[in-house]
Amino acid sequence: MSMKVQTRQVDGVTILDLSGRITLGEGSVTIRDAVRDVLAKGSNKILLNFAEISYIDSSGIGELVSAFTTVKNSGGELKLLNLTKKVHDLLQITKLYTVFDVREDEASAISSFNK
Amino acid sequence: MEKKTDRATLTFGKSTSTLPSLLSFAVDDWYTGSAGKALADSTTSRVSFTLDSSLDSVNKLELTAEEVAQRAGFDEDTVTHVAMAVREAAVNAVLHGNAYDTTKHITASFETTSDSLIVRVTDQGPGLDPETIPDPLAPENILRGSGRGIFLIKAFMDEVHFRQLHPGTELTLIKYRKPAQPGN
Repeated sequence: MSMKVQTRQVDGVTILDLSGRITLGEGSVTIRDAVRDVLAKGSNKILLNFAEISYIDSSGIGELVSAFTTVKNSGGELKLLNLTKKVHDLLQITKLYTVFDVREDEASAISSFNK
Repeated sequence: MEKKTDRATLTFGKSTSTLPSLLSFAVDDWYTGSAGKALADSTTSRVSFTLDSSLDSVNKLELTAEEVAQRAGFDEDTVTHVAMAVREAAVNAVLHGNAYDTTKHITASFETTSDSLIVRVTDQGPGLDPETIPDPLAPENILRGSGRGIFLIKAFMDEVHFRQLHPGTELTLIKYRKPAQPGN
C-alpha cells in the first residue's frame, strides 16, 4: 500500500493526514516532499497525523528525524499526532519518543504550537 | 523465460503442507519473473530464494517472512517483528550491500525447526563490519537520518549473526519459539 498525504490548515498549523506505509522508497520520499512543500509555502508549524499509518521502517524513521531537524532549523515546529501502537513502540525502542512532541488530541496539539 | 510449475513446500512438525496462496504466488512469480529464482527442499522446512537487488525483492521477502512466521505459529506481535527484521535485513542487502547493482543478487532462506525460525540473508556487496556501525541510541547519533536498521533487527530477533563471504555478507536471524507456545 502506497503512502498518501492530505493537507489541511487549522489555526495557522498545517496538518498532514498521512495514510499507508512510510518505508524505503515511495513512502519516505512522499513525506520528505510533503514537508518540503509546506516549508516552501511559508508555513513551519507542521502536525503529522499518523492515525492511518500502518507501518514504518528504519528508513521512514530516518525520514521523520530528518523532517524534524529540517523544520526545527527553519525556526518551526514539527509534532506528531495519533501514533498507532506499532509506530509508538518503534519510537520508544529507538528512543525517539521523547525527541518528538507526540500528541493524542488534535485540538490540544494545535494549541500547543507557538503562536 | 521458461515457466516452472514447482511449488515450495514447508514441513511443520509432523504435517507437510503446500504453502498458501501468498507464498505460492510469490514463488511462482520468482520462478517465472525477472526477479530471480527460488529453490525449495520438500524434505525439510527450508525454503530459499535468489532475488535481484530491488525494492520489489525487499517487499517480497517481508511478505514471505510474515507468512512463514505465521505458519510457524508465532503470535501476531512476533510475526510483525520478524517481518520487520527481515525487511531491514533485505534493505541492508539491497541498498547498502549490493547498492541496487542489477548484476548482483541477494539470497534469502527461511528454515523452521522445532524450536526456532532461522532466516539467512546474503548479499554480494563489499562486506559489513558490525563493529563499525554507530550506536543509533547515542546522543550524538539520535538525530541521524539513517543507521537504525541493524539496531532494529537486533531488537526484534533473539540472535543475529554476521558472516563475511568475500565478497558479501550473510546475516543470520534467529527467533526462538517460546516454551509455552501452542503447538510445541
